[in-house]
Amino acid sequence: MTRQIDFQTDPSQYRHWRVEYDGPVANLYMDVDENGGLFEGYQLKLNSYDLGVDIELADVVQRMRFEHPQVKVVIMRSGKPGVFCAGANIRMLGKAAHGHKVNFCKFTNETRNTFEAAEADSGQKYIAAVRGACAGGGYELALACNHIMLTNDSTSSVALPEVPLLAVLPGTGGLTRVTDKRKVRRDRADIFCSIEEGVKGQRAVDWRLVDEIVPNSKFDDVVLQRAGEFAAASHKADVAEGIKLTPLNRTIGEDGSLTYSTLEAQVDRKGGKVTITLHGPDSDAPADMDAFFAMGDQAYMLRLARELDDAILHLRLNEMELGLWVIRSQGDPEKFAAHEALLMSNADHWLANEVLKYWKRILKRLDVTSRSLVALVEHGSCFTGILAEILFAVDRSYMMEGEFEGDNRRIATVTLSDANFGPMPMGNDLTRLQTRFLGEPESVGLAQARMGEALDAGEADDLGLVTTILDDIDWEDEIRIFLEERASFSPDAMTGMEANLRFAGPETMETRIFGRLTAWQNWIFIRPNAVGEDGALQRYGTGVRGDFNKERV
Amino acid sequence: MLDLINVSYDTQIPNNVGLSEDKTVLKALEKWHPGYINWWNDLIPDKFQQSLVYLRTAVSVDPKGWAKFDYVKMPEYRWGILLAPQVEGRTIPCGEHMGKPAWQEVPGEYRNMMKRLIVIQGDTEPASVEQQRFLGKTAPSLYDMRNLFQVNVEEGRHLWAMVYLLQKYFGKDGREEANDLLLRSSGSEEAPRMLGAFNEETPDWLSFFMFTYFTDRDGKMQLESLAQSGFDPLSRTCRFMLTEEAHHMFVGETGVGRTIERTCQVMNENGITDPYDVDKIRALGVIDLPTIQKKMNLHYTLSLDLFGQEVSTNAANAFNSGIKGRFLEHRIDDDHQLKGDTYKVWDMVDGKLVQHEVPALTAINMRLRDDYSRDAAGGVGRWNKLIAKMGVQFEMKLPHESFNRKIGVFAGHNFDPEGNLVSGAEYDAGMADWLPNHADGDFIQSLMVSVTEPGQYAGWISPPKVGIDNKPGDFEYVKLHMA
Repeated sequence: MTRQIDFQTDPSQYRHWRVEYDGPVANLYMDVDENGGLFEGYQLKLNSYDLGVDIELADVVQRMRFEHPQVKVVIMRSGKPGVFCAGANIRMLGKAAHGHKVNFCKFTNETRNTFEAAEADSGQKYIAAVRGACAGGGYELALACNHIMLTNDSTSSVALPEVPLLAVLPGTGGLTRVTDKRKVRRDRADIFCSIEEGVKGQRAVDWRLVDEIVPNSKFDDVVLQRAGEFAAASHKADVAEGIKLTPLNRTIGEDGSLTYSTLEAQVDRKGGKVTITLHGPDSDAPADMDAFFAMGDQAYMLRLARELDDAILHLRLNEMELGLWVIRSQGDPEKFAAHEALLMSNADHWLANEVLKYWKRILKRLDVTSRSLVALVEHGSCFTGILAEILFAVDRSYMMEGEFEGDNRRIATVTLSDANFGPMPMGNDLTRLQTRFLGEPESVGLAQARMGEALDAGEADDLGLVTTILDDIDWEDEIRIFLEERASFSPDAMTGMEANLRFAGPETMETRIFGRLTAWQNWIFIRPNAVGEDGALQRYGTGVRGDFNKERV
Repeated sequence: MLDLINVSYDTQIPNNVGLSEDKTVLKALEKWHPGYINWWNDLIPDKFQQSLVYLRTAVSVDPKGWAKFDYVKMPEYRWGILLAPQVEGRTIPCGEHMGKPAWQEVPGEYRNMMKRLIVIQGDTEPASVEQQRFLGKTAPSLYDMRNLFQVNVEEGRHLWAMVYLLQKYFGKDGREEANDLLLRSSGSEEAPRMLGAFNEETPDWLSFFMFTYFTDRDGKMQLESLAQSGFDPLSRTCRFMLTEEAHHMFVGETGVGRTIERTCQVMNENGITDPYDVDKIRALGVIDLPTIQKKMNLHYTLSLDLFGQEVSTNAANAFNSGIKGRFLEHRIDDDHQLKGDTYKVWDMVDGKLVQHEVPALTAINMRLRDDYSRDAAGGVGRWNKLIAKMGVQFEMKLPHESFNRKIGVFAGHNFDPEGNLVSGAEYDAGMADWLPNHADGDFIQSLMVSVTEPGQYAGWISPPKVGIDNKPGDFEYVKLHMA
């Protein structure tokens, strides 16, 4: 699986989903094209999915928010009779390299979190209208919806059959959402997760696995009625029209380097690293949100967000050996502050809200990216507000101190804004600064008191906002040595160490999914009982059962 | 009517499973039985419930005298629970546990798979009764009406057999599934039967004969493979069910045969030699052979769909775990484990039909379907002999397995009955000759008149060669209740 995966798509290219818009209600049909798999060697039967199917879903969810802000309720349903969704395609999983499985699951998790949060973030509520088999990843899709309706036809059930069937976990949120979101009693969850056939009818309600069951003959009517009720009860403001998300302006160089309108990613294969340079705004901030709306997806804050998001996804999935990401910025910090301020001071405007929530998601994506992340705060940089947040997302940051010989760029500064103190929380529900200063909460207050000031290296260092400040004499060598050392470590150890250190503080459902559940799943994904030649995942479909090593580890 | 409160199960229910001593099952059946009787009473029109029907009742498993014939009101039919005698030292006949002693209890690791198979099998049994519920009103003779009811009560007994297994061996879950078998209902919007073919109405008697010949034969093949199960109670149950199933196929084969015979006879009497002279033949009140061929095309292909996907994980799992064998497993000369064996299956590659070898373990469904096709061809041959004997130039032919399929590799492609891939236009044009249309249905329906005089038959069908239980031609098989 060496082909490059493109995360960009649009409705004209969809093969697996279709959306019918009906005022405030959108009907989202999953109708997977069996022969539309991303790779050779498997058929996506029974609405099973692979990464390609999920890339389209992510696009649907994203466009729902930007292009169709009229929508208040999304009904996720199947376009196929007899089956809602059979989950991730097993043959695909069986064939996929470990790295692909992990990346696939991560992206799937992020997409689910996105539509799950759409109600709280944007007032778009997702209903899962389940008719037919809803198993494994299929039920995980439903679990991430805000309301689950199941037909009561004495056959349709919800199920998490991964353990008995495949010897892996319902690992994209399944186990965690059953206990943490649906709050299913743990002994019942234990039963539910160890039976293939799942649970149907009244018991599915009694066990909190679904919100309601509906007589089969009335199913479609009741689903529409419920959607209508939710739409009527929605607090989401009525919006006349959305903006178009047009294709990104991206070129991929021969060496794999990326160039977008607001950033570039320079590949250094020998050094195992990529340098991502974010450019500050090239023009003044729009005068108001009307002007921003008129610019649509060309407005700087949204353009940068989309391009950065795409770059992260591209590098994460297509450039596995670039283990070190160096993030720089160049631009006018004040201009950036003005662009950001327009959004922050109009946070109740639907589009400003969407752009800010999008930034929240991108920063979370960065948090869970399994690469060594380092930020260089150089002269001429614009780490302000949302961009300063990157400094608190990375594993280490280095900042230039004082004048550098032959460098006439503006002296490096860091500027904090309201964006650093609430609207961009991490998965643990704390801000990155709160997480950073878990043992010294007063430091958050000290930093907050300096909001809006362009802090130079000494001040930033005093406030604990950067890892190390280096002057002209030390900068080059120290950075080089650090990068070389980092690139020499075991990638596995780095991934593990970073993932552990990044998420201090309280557990949330999200951190439990990305930390606990994912880690266990990824462990199982390398164990012979699942992926060995005689393991359950490899043997699935042959009729021969997995041969298990009975030793408990 | 049965006294529901004081039913003595051990006397009311012929059984060889020691029902009176089995407190658990007894309790479960007591709870289930009233629902079953309600289901039955709601289903069959009251007039027939009160009628005395000359029925065969299974009373023991003695091959020499397992059944008794007598007049009985259907709700009082004694639905027995009978398992074929236990074979001493029986071993698991196939799969990874081959050669080990057959299981007398459900192995925990296969509980779910086994339960699902039993539930699916159990779901088809009452479904056909539901599909055929209105046919009593248009029976072409009392003989045929009796056969219909015989098939119905025996499908009911087969439901009992599956319910017994669920209640005896699958605990609380099994009892819930047993209840759901009565909850689902053929063609219901609320809770349809599990398999598509069992939600279609059986609208006329020719459909009924085709159904019993082709679709019940799928049931036979499924029972044959479950009779090979390493789970002994399932094997024994299915073995005994097969003795009854043979009669259903007999009803189908002779029913179609008698329809063909009558058509040929009327053609000959009226000097019609061209079997395609449809209007002339129909005007004489018999069903023309091309229409019978079309009905056959429909029922055969619907039944092929019941075998599922050509390559199937579930079927592979069931075989390898020893829960379900192949047709006549014990007569097959191989390792019974299919290690390294392959089997030919159809596939569509780049829009073309090809055959290629796949691991035999995954092609269990395909193999059973092939066995089915061979089995189904037998009766077609006999129908053709009949046509030839009557001097009519016509040959019935099973369509190619790719024709009119909704499940498996052929689904979604336009094949003609010969198995050629044709264009959409050709397909539409051919349909009138290949499958029955509404006009055909209307015509057949117009012939469906009730004949209730003993020894008399509707004009579109010949009398049988011999009576049931060797009864004479004017025997009153059903004493109709006249309210």
